[in-house]
Amino acid sequence: MTKLADITHKIRSKNAGPFWITIDIFCADEAEFKRAFIAADSGRVAQALGISVSDLKRYDLPDIRVVKFSFPRPIVQGTRFDRDMHGASFANLIAELDVTP
Amino acid sequence: MLGESSTRGAQSKRRGTVDKSVTTKILIPSGALGLGYDREALMRGIALKPDLIAIDGGSTDSGPHYLGTGTSKYSRSSIKSEWLELMQARAMANVPLVIGTAGTCGADDAVDWLLDITKEIVTETDQDVTVAVLKSGQSADRVINALDQGRLTPLVPVIDIDHSVLQSCTNIVALAGAEQIQAALNTGADIVIAGRATDTATIAALPLARGCHAGGAWHGAKIGECGALATTNPSSGTIMITFDADGFTVEPMGQNARATPYTVSAHMLYENSNPLHLYEPGGHLDVTGATYTALDDRRVRVTGSRWVPSDTYTVKLEGARCGGYQCISLALIREPRYVENIEIWTEAVEQNCRQKVQERIAGDFTLELRIIGLNATLGAQDVNAQIGTEVGVLGIVTAPSAMVAKEVAKMLNPYLLHMPLTEDEEMPTFAFPFSPNEMNRGEIYEFCLNHVMELDDPMQAFSLTIEQVRA
Repeated sequence: MTKLADITHKIRSKNAGPFWITIDIFCADEAEFKRAFIAADSGRVAQALGISVSDLKRYDLPDIRVVKFSFPRPIVQGTRFDRDMHGASFANLIAELDVTP
Repeated sequence: MLGESSTRGAQSKRRGTVDKSVTTKILIPSGALGLGYDREALMRGIALKPDLIAIDGGSTDSGPHYLGTGTSKYSRSSIKSEWLELMQARAMANVPLVIGTAGTCGADDAVDWLLDITKEIVTETDQDVTVAVLKSGQSADRVINALDQGRLTPLVPVIDIDHSVLQSCTNIVALAGAEQIQAALNTGADIVIAGRATDTATIAALPLARGCHAGGAWHGAKIGECGALATTNPSSGTIMITFDADGFTVEPMGQNARATPYTVSAHMLYENSNPLHLYEPGGHLDVTGATYTALDDRRVRVTGSRWVPSDTYTVKLEGARCGGYQCISLALIREPRYVENIEIWTEAVEQNCRQKVQERIAGDFTLELRIIGLNATLGAQDVNAQIGTEVGVLGIVTAPSAMVAKEVAKMLNPYLLHMPLTEDEEMPTFAFPFSPNEMNRGEIYEFCLNHVMELDDPMQAFSLTIEQVRA
């Protein structure tokens, strides 16, 4: 199995304020970016995150070889059912996406 | 608020710096007061004669507790020790020192807390200073009036609010922009202690006041607001941003830190849901057309960023209110058969406990058991979760009062300690790390505002006072 993490340089996630999470997929070179651009399919990313694809904002940034996703937090930061105060672990869901060709 | 004409005159006389052709050097010691920085890098920055030292005091990133309680995340000792060094650096450079979002949350109590520390330092170091204190706290009444007058606009995701939500907030703050920081600087104060402000405002204020390129001022401020995070060596902390009529230049102060077109341009991604636009009071920054040029192997020049003014002047609001009282309990399970069947066991514990509580206590509560070592971080969304040799079961009880939360957690105790997997087996015992095993977390808070408030004048929702602090 090939994971998205295997074909990209680094994947991180973080809060963007209390109501949003943002995930950055960094690619080492243009070839990686081209692969990640296709492999990080928005529908599959939304499914992995457990959100509707219409809530997912996508930015493809070829100049810095980054695919970025932002979405409203499924659970608002710090409310009783929030598990991840800084939004650090959402990246793992995307890093582990099966992207076997 | 002081009259702008009189204070601007005072500043010109004092510093003689209001000259539109002058480049403006802002030294940023680190991403936040309390995080630490490389002292040598800071001193290198001071030697380069900055026009202002700016540092961020916090954000919402550590959660609603800090705004809810009006307290700081960092220890008082850490803040005092770093603030003392920055006050000394300021005296050496003889330029203003500005902190935004003082005390993590920027609530009025947190501003007073840092002012108190400042006074203590002045007494201990025999160093007189003038402090401009900018407060961002909002009364519920002011925000309710704004709501009634249609001057509150919800941002996405929309959070429903009404009078009772606003009245229940323990703190509401508005994020100050460049205009409010400029008003504080115009008093000629040595130090500005500002409540909640945008991360960029303390850095952008002076370059904007001097007529530097507006897009460059906001963009450079965003690049500098996390200190050396926009360089190859984030832990070196200190960075200098030099603003001018066309753009800005980024120069790390740490000896082993380099800014490259990549590290600088990639920083717009950080903690930003939109990497191309940044919304501020009075408009937004658009970096779509920005170009990043390496001046050498450690400095980067940026031009082409654009500031787009808005039709109305709005400030973002943040509010926090009580979200209940929490009591938690942790059991550690090492017995292989229980580890293997942990999800079945946990579900049964939860069901049995909930049933008992409902029989014995009236009142609302939530009970949640998270399996540490399986999927406590991501819950059911974690399709790749795997179990190890031991797991922790974290019981979280939330209720409208601390007493009910503790009562429920105490009823959970015997189940976590002894509940067998099946009826026909010996009663097991699991590891409890503490006695008592219940840990009272007290009041929890929740963010309940995601709105902007329209103002007629930038200072309308902020207060500015001057303190002459003498040893």
